[in-house]
Amino acid sequence: MGFLTTIPPAEGVATAMLMSLIVYALLGGADYGAGVWDLLARGPREQAQRDLIARAIGPVWEANHVWLIVVIVLLFTAFPAAFTVVMTTLHVPLSVMLIGIVLRGSAFTFRSYDATELARQRWNRVFSIPSVVTPILLGAVIGAIATGEPGRAAEAGGAIPLFSTWLQPFPLAVGLFALNLFAYLAAVYLTSETSDRDLQEDFRSKALASAVSLGLIAWVVYLLARTNAPLIYEGLDRSRWGAPLRFATGAAAIGAMVALVLRRYGTARLAAVVQAALILWGAGMAQYPYIVPPHIDVAQSTAPPIVLKLLLIALGCGSIILIPSLVYLFRVFKGHTFPQRRRGEDDSVTPTPA
Amino acid sequence: MSNLLAARLQMAMSLGFHIIFAAIGIGLPLMMCVAEACWLRGRGPEYRLLARRWAKGAAILFAIGAVSGTVLSFELGLLWPPFMKFAGPIIGVGFGLEGFAFFTEAIFLGVYIYGWDRIPAIAHWLSGLLVAVSGAASGALVLSVNAWMNTPAGFRLLHGQAVEIDPIAALANPAMISEALHMTLAAYAATGLLVAGVHAILLIKDRENPFHRAALGIALSIGGGASLLQPLSGHYAAQVVAETQGAKLAAMEGQFQTERRAPLRIGGLPDPKAETTRYALEIPAGLSILAYNDPDAEVKGLDAFPSDQRPPVVVVHLAFQLMVACGMAMAGVALWGAVSWWRSGRVPTSSPFLWAAALASPLGMIAIEAGWTVTEVGRQPWIIQGVMRTTEAVTTVPGLWFSLLVYTALYAGLGVVVVLLLLHQFRSSPRADELTTSAEGFH
Repeated sequence: MGFLTTIPPAEGVATAMLMSLIVYALLGGADYGAGVWDLLARGPREQAQRDLIARAIGPVWEANHVWLIVVIVLLFTAFPAAFTVVMTTLHVPLSVMLIGIVLRGSAFTFRSYDATELARQRWNRVFSIPSVVTPILLGAVIGAIATGEPGRAAEAGGAIPLFSTWLQPFPLAVGLFALNLFAYLAAVYLTSETSDRDLQEDFRSKALASAVSLGLIAWVVYLLARTNAPLIYEGLDRSRWGAPLRFATGAAAIGAMVALVLRRYGTARLAAVVQAALILWGAGMAQYPYIVPPHIDVAQSTAPPIVLKLLLIALGCGSIILIPSLVYLFRVFKGHTFPQRRRGEDDSVTPTPA
Repeated sequence: MSNLLAARLQMAMSLGFHIIFAAIGIGLPLMMCVAEACWLRGRGPEYRLLARRWAKGAAILFAIGAVSGTVLSFELGLLWPPFMKFAGPIIGVGFGLEGFAFFTEAIFLGVYIYGWDRIPAIAHWLSGLLVAVSGAASGALVLSVNAWMNTPAGFRLLHGQAVEIDPIAALANPAMISEALHMTLAAYAATGLLVAGVHAILLIKDRENPFHRAALGIALSIGGGASLLQPLSGHYAAQVVAETQGAKLAAMEGQFQTERRAPLRIGGLPDPKAETTRYALEIPAGLSILAYNDPDAEVKGLDAFPSDQRPPVVVVHLAFQLMVACGMAMAGVALWGAVSWWRSGRVPTSSPFLWAAALASPLGMIAIEAGWTVTEVGRQPWIIQGVMRTTEAVTTVPGLWFSLLVYTALYAGLGVVVVLLLLHQFRSSPRADELTTSAEGFH
């Protein structure tokens, strides 16, 4: 564990933030994506698709969404200056994003417990429409930060701009990219959530389609970054690690598509997870050492080292409780999605709320 | 509308909304665990059904509590960025620990709600217990942060900057224990009596229904027990306030002049212009005794504080009186229930008692809202007592009135839906014969 003492505490907290954001994208993000497929459910198995989605995300729903709060708490504790800049210059998209979170979080639960079929359908709408809007805003916020526009607006002082910091091509492209990434993850995960061949085929084709469109949007984002977010572009294009990371991401993407074509759903899931994690890791690395470009960086953290160290100790101790708990949660409810366990277990078990 | 007023109203509304769900999130899981424990120990099938029904309620309310809590964690920065810039590093560790407690709660709520027939009974019950324990822990940790705003500790102020930050000392600030204790008991009392009232109403029509009798018994034990303990913790909390926040105490009591043998005022309407509190029933030396255990103790009045450091006395005094009145009424109902339960040996179901329990049902939530008003408005004009004023903490983002409007509409709508859904859950209560014919048929 010697490396722990050699990492400067601010870097340690920044790494924990990025990792929490990645886990949020992989778990909570897929829940947004599931909402997208709920909205787009069509065809003869429309209802079966929706039921599968509800069953798949129900038990893990609440836990998946706490990761966002972890990111926020780490941000305001370790990097309060960055936090205040983000919260003022991106007030509008963050507020709207929160409304989306409230609507889908409550609608998701309401539809499980409302009595009539008509009411359930209405809650479905309230769940699935914000599932599309919220990730776009989340991506737009992250994209806007990368452009340096919010950081510059805060430094310039004067009136806080409400829209010009984020209503730009690059942040919106990142927003669409986030939406597409989440939908892709959800479709890939859902292929292993059912043993019904037809449903598997449905989500397999959705996964393949969204993989292709993800590649296209990624290309647009990359091109826009050249002028709008040079920090990211330089990082990915020129840095020592840029090329290997891009190749690794591309390899994972191709691996996921090949596995989907071959109907190797477990492998596809693994490859898609690696792909998504590498994308976010790369974006984070490219922005390093800045938390809010162009000037607020990790070294400028105004939290004293004692706070950062305590935070890291708390994270370590918390993980001792959290990781086994999460493993237990996923083993109980997601065990059937792993092929080697499927043979031994009754596949028909479907979690529904008591 | 000024930005400051809009920000304060939005914060008050968000917290006032969230606090109800947070309180039920602490109280209801404990009741559900007790019910399941009764069933596991061989009591009737109604206990298992009860645990399942309460778990449904807990799931609905937890979802709203979780999203409204997420909103709050963002709103701290969206509405009060200078406050967070200053306080973030000092109180962040407390928030971080709270995050872990909340995370544990979310994980095991999932296990509990969806795991009824998938995991061993004891593991299931332990999951419920973990939900109850981590819910209470997360509440206590959030309150430690609020207590820090009232009695800031763990840093030194140097040219407006915090130096020598000690997050542990900040967490263990002087008001931490009293606030955490008072609010945790309030959560149990309010949730217990709220649920007891609902089942009391249903028992009025169907006196011998074993399901509602079991529910009333558990809800009364937890809510009533907490209601009876609450005056003690309230007394302790008032003493901490007297020691650390003189202006807040003076506002709570409508005490305008500094005096020895200060009276305790029951009711009354403060008149800030005339600097007196009218129409109150005054118990001589009562306040001196309650605050300092000494009839001759001097109690500081609002006149001891510069006029720009006095909280709005009318609101604080009335909210405090309302909280105490609700608390006393709840303790009265609890005592009535306890005595008749002890005398007859069974859950009290006489008509007068059931009606009293029904009427007392909303009092706990009213008391929580009123108590929260006392804590928050009583600290004004400070956001951090003696360190930062609320006016200095508000965001410079323009047009907050619009945000206030949208969030108010959103929460109002959610509130209505939750009430309708819960009413539906209660209306579909089982008949007595359903319970005796089948133990497993309720899903």
